Amino acid sequence: MSSSTTNTTTISTAGPPSRRNTELAMLVFAVIIPVFAYANAGLALSDEMPSGMLSYGIGLGLLAAVGHLVVRKFAPYADPLLLPIATLLNGLGLVLIWRLDQSKRLAQRAESIGQVFAPSAPNQLIYSALGVALFVGVLILLKDHRLLQRYTYISMVVALILLILPVFFPPRFGARIWITLGSFSIQPGEFAKIIIAVFFSGYLMVKRDALALASRRFMGLYLPRGRDLGPILVVWAISILILVFETDLGTSLLFFGLFVVMLYVATERTSWIVFGLLMSAVGAVGVATFEPHVQQRVDAWLDPFAAFKTGGSDQIAQAMMAFGSGGVFGTGLGQGNSDLIGFAANSDFILATIGEELGLAGTMAILLLYGLIVERGVRTALAARDPFGKLLAIGLSAAFAIQVFVVAGGVMGLIPLTGMTMPFIAQGGSSVIANWALVAILIKISDTARRPAPTPAPTTDAEMTQVVRP
Amino acid sequence: MNKPLRRIAIFCGLLVFALLLRDNWIQYVQADELKNHEKNRRVLIARYGQPRGNIIVDGRPITGSVETNGTDFKYKRTYKNGPMWAPVTGFASQAFDANQIEKLEDQILTGNDDRLFFNRTIDMITGKKQKGGDVITTLNGKAQKAAFEGLGNKKGAVAALDPRTGKILALASTPSYDPSKIAGASKKDSDAYNALKPDVDKDDPMLNRALRQTYPPGSTFKVVTAAAALENGKYADIDGPTNSPDPWKLPLSTQPLPNEGNIPCKNASLRQALRYSCNTVFGKLGDDLGKDKMLEEAEKFGFNKEVLTPVRTNASVYPEKMDQPGNAMSAIGQFDNRATPLQMAMVAAAVANDGKLMKPYMIDSLRAPNLNTIEQTDPEQMSQPLSSENAQKLQSMMETVVKEGTGTSAQIPGVTVGGKTGTAQHGVANSKNPYAWFISYAKGDDGSPVAVAVVIEGSDTLRGDIAGGKLAAPIAKSVMQAVLETQSDK
Repeated sequence: MSSSTTNTTTISTAGPPSRRNTELAMLVFAVIIPVFAYANAGLALSDEMPSGMLSYGIGLGLLAAVGHLVVRKFAPYADPLLLPIATLLNGLGLVLIWRLDQSKRLAQRAESIGQVFAPSAPNQLIYSALGVALFVGVLILLKDHRLLQRYTYISMVVALILLILPVFFPPRFGARIWITLGSFSIQPGEFAKIIIAVFFSGYLMVKRDALALASRRFMGLYLPRGRDLGPILVVWAISILILVFETDLGTSLLFFGLFVVMLYVATERTSWIVFGLLMSAVGAVGVATFEPHVQQRVDAWLDPFAAFKTGGSDQIAQAMMAFGSGGVFGTGLGQGNSDLIGFAANSDFILATIGEELGLAGTMAILLLYGLIVERGVRTALAARDPFGKLLAIGLSAAFAIQVFVVAGGVMGLIPLTGMTMPFIAQGGSSVIANWALVAILIKISDTARRPAPTPAPTTDAEMTQVVRP
Repeated sequence: MNKPLRRIAIFCGLLVFALLLRDNWIQYVQADELKNHEKNRRVLIARYGQPRGNIIVDGRPITGSVETNGTDFKYKRTYKNGPMWAPVTGFASQAFDANQIEKLEDQILTGNDDRLFFNRTIDMITGKKQKGGDVITTLNGKAQKAAFEGLGNKKGAVAALDPRTGKILALASTPSYDPSKIAGASKKDSDAYNALKPDVDKDDPMLNRALRQTYPPGSTFKVVTAAAALENGKYADIDGPTNSPDPWKLPLSTQPLPNEGNIPCKNASLRQALRYSCNTVFGKLGDDLGKDKMLEEAEKFGFNKEVLTPVRTNASVYPEKMDQPGNAMSAIGQFDNRATPLQMAMVAAAVANDGKLMKPYMIDSLRAPNLNTIEQTDPEQMSQPLSSENAQKLQSMMETVVKEGTGTSAQIPGVTVGGKTGTAQHGVANSKNPYAWFISYAKGDDGSPVAVAVVIEGSDTLRGDIAGGKLAAPIAKSVMQAVLETQSDK
C-alpha cells in the first residue's frame, strides 16, 4: 500500500503493480450486489425469490469472469476500476429492467394501445452478452490503440453514414434516430460517438499544430486557415442537420460537446471553446426557433406540471414526482411506482426508478459511479504517452460524461429533455453494446499507458564504456 | 496537452457535481412538495393500498373495504346501505377523491395520521401491514332508517339531534346516491359519477340537503320570533292577548299580510298564534322588535354562521341588511330568510334543552386500529338563545301545537312532543311548489333526547300550514319514536 500513497498518478516507469487481483476482488462485489438487488426486488414484488435468480447470477458472473480473464491476458496493466464499474452498472440495469417488466401498469398500458407487452430483461441480457463479446473482441483484436489512427478518414465516412442513415427510416416517438430492420432496431448514434471520437483524434493529432499556430488574429480570436477548419465546419453543419432532420437533440449536443472538448485539448487554445460555444449557440437557437419538437421540450422543462393542464406529455412531471416520492432513502427496490412515467420508464427515464426506489443515496451512488468511469478515463488520457491515445481517451471520456449529464440532467429537470439513454443501465441494445466497446478502448489505452517501459537490453557498448583501461 | 486535459477533467467533475446538486434539490429540498403534489398518484395509491378504517354507527361499521385486482389500487371502498348513509359518510373514490367524513378523517382512515405513528412503528417491527383507524359516529341507525324511509321517494332532508349534547342522531337527504357505485376507478364508476353531476341529474343526488342546502324556513321560524319576543320582554305572558290587528298591513306598504285560511288571529295570545300559525301576529312582532333584535336572536340560534360537525354546513341566513317590511317577512320565515334542516333542528333542540344550544357534532371518537381511543369529542355549549324560564314557556307553546294545533300528526302516545309546522313559499310570487317543514322534539323525564327538523321539497297538492303537518310531521314522529325506542332499550 505504501507505494500507492507515494505514487499518485498512473504514470510510472517503475513498473506499477498490474492490479488485476484488485479488479477481480471488485468484480466479485460487482456481481454480488446486483444479485442481492435482484433477490430484493423479487421479494418485494411477489414475496418470493425470483425464479431466474440462479441463471441471472451465473450469467452475470460468467460475463464478468470472461471480461476479467481477457483483460488479464490481453491488457494486464489496464485500469482496474473500469471493468467492475461497467459490470455493476450493467447488472443493476438488468435488475431495474426486470423489475419494470413485472409492472402490471406497463403491461396494461401496452395492451390498451394494442401491443403485446414483452419483457425487456431477457433481451437486455442478450445485448449485455453481445456487449461483453464486443468488449472481448476489441481487447483481443486491437493489439494497440494506435492502429485506429490509420482509419481516420474511413471513420469519418462511416460516422457520417451512420448519422445520416436514420433519416431514411420512419420516426419513432417523434425522433428519427433508429435504423429498423425487421424486428431489430439499431440506434446508430451510439456507435457513431465512438467512431467520431476516433476520427477527431486522428485528424486533430495531425492538424493540431496547424490549427493552433497557423492562424490569423481576428478580433482577439485566432482564426485558423480554411483548409484546416473545413472538416470541422462539416461536422458542425452535420450536427445541426441531425438536429433538424432527426430531431435528435441529445446526439447533436453530444457531438458538439465532444468536438469542442477535443479541439480545445488538441490546440490548447481557449479561443476554441469560445468559438465552439458560439457556433453551438447559433445552431441551437436557430433550430429551436422553428422546430416545434425542440420548443415542446423547452416548454416541458420550464414548467413540467403544465402538461396536466394542456394535455401534453407528463413524463417530466411524473419523473419529478418519482424522485420526490423516493426521498432520501427511497422506497426500496420493487416498492415504488415509477412505472407511472409510462413507456419510457425502462429506457430514457430509468434514472427515475433509481431515484424513487433507491432514493437520493442510491442515485448519488450511481451518479458517482458514472463520475468514476469518467475520472478513470481522464486519468488514462493524462497517462497516455501518445497524442492520439490522449485525444481518444479524453474524447471517449468526455462523450461519456456529456451523455450522462444530458440524460440525467434531462430526467431530473435540470436541462430540457433530449432523449438519450443512461449508459449500461437503460434498456436498449445499441447503447449497451456501444458502451462496452467504449470501455474496451479505454481499457486498451490505459493498458498501454500503464505498461512499464521495457527494460533496456544490456548492450555491448555499455560494457565497453565500463571497462576502460588506462 | 496535459493542462487542457486537467481543465476538461474539472469540467466533467462540474457536470457530475451539477447533477448531484440537482438530485439533492429534488430529492431532499423539494421532496415533500413533490411527494404530496396533487397530481402525484402515489397519494391515492397509498390511500387504497390497505383496507381503510371504518365509519361506525351503533358499534357496527357502515363501510367496508374489498380487495380488487386493479393495477393501482388494491382495495376499494364499499358501503352498507350506501344511499341512506351517504349524507354522513360522503364517498371515497379511487378516481374522484373523497368528501365529507371520508375526506376529513382520511388520515385516520388510511392510518397515516401522526397520532397513529406508534401503531405504525409497532406494525412495521412485527411485520404487519398498515391498518387504518375507525371513526365512531354519534348517529343512531334506527333514527336514520326512519328518516330515510320516511322521506322515501320525496325530495327532502331530515336532521335529528340530541338536544342535551348536540350529538347528531340522523342526517338523511333524498334523493341520494350509492357511494359504492363510484368508489372504483373503472369506466363504470366514472359513468356513474358523471351521471350524478347536477347538470346531468337535476335532482342533484350528491347534494347533502341536511347540511348544505338552505331553504326558507317558513312558519317554523316563528319559534325564533317567539323566543325573541319572550327574551326581549315584549310579552311575558304567553296566554295574554297581544296587540295584533287582523288584517295587519306590512309597514311602509299598503299590502296586508295574509293569514292562511280563516283563523282567529286578532289579538291572539302567543300560544294561540303559534298554535294556528298566525302570520299577522308574528309579522307584527318581528316589526315591533325591530331588525337588530331579531337578528341578534337568530344569530344566537346559530344563523349566519357555518357549523363544522366536522362536515361543514352552509350558513343559514337571517339577512343583515333589509328594509322594515323585509324584516317583518323574515320574522315569519319568508323573504331572504334561509335555514338548513340542521339549523332548524338546532332551534328545536335549544328550546327543548331549556334554552341551552349545544354544538352539533357527528364524530363521537376516533379509534386506533388497536381499539385505543385517540380522540374523543366532548359536548360543548354553543350559546344560550333564551333563558330556562322562557324556554319552558316556549316548550309549552310548541306542545300545544302538537296537542291541538297544526302538528297533531306528530303526537306520540305517552310522550310529550313539541313542534311547529311550516310551509315556505318558493319562487317568485309563490309560483313554485312550497317547502313543507316540521320541527319538533320529544321529552322524557330526564330532558329531551331528540329534536328533529324535516323538510320536504315540492309538495304538489298541499299548500298552507297543513302541508308541514301532513307531509313532514309523520317523518319527524317516526324518527323521534326510533330514538325513544333505543333509549328505552338501554
